[in-house]
Amino acid sequence: MRNTTAIAWKEIKTYFASPMAYIIIAVYAGLAAYYFVSSISGVLPEASIRGFLIPSTLIFTLFAPVLTMRLLAEEQKLGTLELLMTAPLLDYEIVLGKFIAAIATLISTLVPTFYLVLLLFWFGSPDIGPIITGYFGFLLFGVASLSVGLFASSLSQNQIVSAVIAMGILLLLSIIDMAADYVGSGFVEIVLQMSLTHHFEDFSRGVIDTHDLVYYLIFTSFLLFITVRSLESRRWR
Amino acid sequence: MINQEISIDVKNLTKFYGDYPAIENLSFTVNKGEILGFLGPNGAGKTTTMRILTGFMPPSGGTAKIAGFDVVSESLEARRQIGYLPETVPLYLDMTVEDYLDFLGKIRGMNRNWRQKRISDVIGICRLEEYQSSHIGKLSKGFRQRVGIAQAILHEPKVLILDEPTIGIDPIQVVETRNLIRNLGGEHTVLLSTHILPEVSTVCERVVIIHEGQVVAIDKPQILSERLSGAERIEVDIRGPAPEVMSALRDIPGIREVSRTGDSDLSTYYIESSGGEDLREKIANKILDRGWGLQRLQPILMTLEEIFLSLTYREQS
Repeated sequence: MRNTTAIAWKEIKTYFASPMAYIIIAVYAGLAAYYFVSSISGVLPEASIRGFLIPSTLIFTLFAPVLTMRLLAEEQKLGTLELLMTAPLLDYEIVLGKFIAAIATLISTLVPTFYLVLLLFWFGSPDIGPIITGYFGFLLFGVASLSVGLFASSLSQNQIVSAVIAMGILLLLSIIDMAADYVGSGFVEIVLQMSLTHHFEDFSRGVIDTHDLVYYLIFTSFLLFITVRSLESRRWR
Repeated sequence: MINQEISIDVKNLTKFYGDYPAIENLSFTVNKGEILGFLGPNGAGKTTTMRILTGFMPPSGGTAKIAGFDVVSESLEARRQIGYLPETVPLYLDMTVEDYLDFLGKIRGMNRNWRQKRISDVIGICRLEEYQSSHIGKLSKGFRQRVGIAQAILHEPKVLILDEPTIGIDPIQVVETRNLIRNLGGEHTVLLSTHILPEVSTVCERVVIIHEGQVVAIDKPQILSERLSGAERIEVDIRGPAPEVMSALRDIPGIREVSRTGDSDLSTYYIESSGGEDLREKIANKILDRGWGLQRLQPILMTLEEIFLSLTYREQS
């Protein structure tokens, strides 16, 4: 555990020492505010955060890979992976440390949107439930996206390559539910269940459905598992 | 050398990359406190061997033990004993020297007090005082190399594995680095790879020469050069009439060639014998019999370059 914290802490410090952190936070804060304002400026405005959370799934399909692309790719490029893998560390401690750091960067990106929630309370009387479940569900969705990004980062020493791979996987998993209209009736449910964004919708309405929760947990654990395997396989090449 | 403690024990180590054997049946041991040079041309298998020893990758066959711990079955414990400087110095360019060392101390399980003490120690040993708060990315190659050595010795490992530690740094820093490594011997066991031959004779107590993945020689640098040259080339200073001395020397059976420099009365003769036979006594007797003055008789030792070439050349032919 101490090893994991050491790695996570190092990554967090590196991330916040780079301009990348502030660019992502600023760009996302801007986009979220834009979607928020347009969602409450309609004829029948709704005092909820769905207005920016739903489009945020698409934004994070693109942003999550950027948050994670450095994590393992750069270690391979600098040769520091050799340093980590010859230190008395278990492979999963390395992966977990990096993953925790990625989650911290995700949370830091979401924090400025609390300001929008404050505005809701100032000017309206929103329902607190969907706001909490919305953030909770979005965190699960984000964490799952980061696990894809971390896995992609273990595949290449080129950050751009790993980001593109992760974006590809995440986009596919986000839009796969659209295929429900075309596939045979037996596959509709399967295609819907595979979709990363589909499982988020209930959360955004204020519902915590265990099968959505389990989906995200299994999805994330599986990707972390294959990331550890991917790292391990470097020893066997 | 009774009960000499063995720090690195390599037995029949083999590693295949696909069908290609990078190393085959490599065996050698390194005693505690010893500095062993690991010598071989590029691609001989030095880095592969070191990566197996450090637990970066497993061998295809054979065993390796670090301070008694098997690098495969007791990998974590073995890794704890090792300080490792890979060929490309693994540095986080956006960290400061202190932060970098602190991070490595943490992942090697050093507690705060020990870390703080050792960080200031190694910064002193590697003479990085002026740069301890600098970003590593801003340091020159020589200083980066020093940071690399600092991280390798940070946790006071029993065994140090250094892959080409003096490559790509300027000559003054090369000398400094070698002194540093020499001072580490005794306390630490050092395995040092290089393809720079003088480095081995200045730093190492023993040499393993590998070529195409196999050990071709293991010994002390001086013994290696004596053993390989035998008495095949001898230099003699003789006081006596040059033409007669020349012909007398040529008459000794087993001598292939004699050449001479100096004046007619006192000359230095270079003698090459054909076989592996030691002709020193025969030469001395002959000269004394004839009543000439024998001032010096010395076998010419092969330099490490020559040994290296002859060994690796023999392998190929």
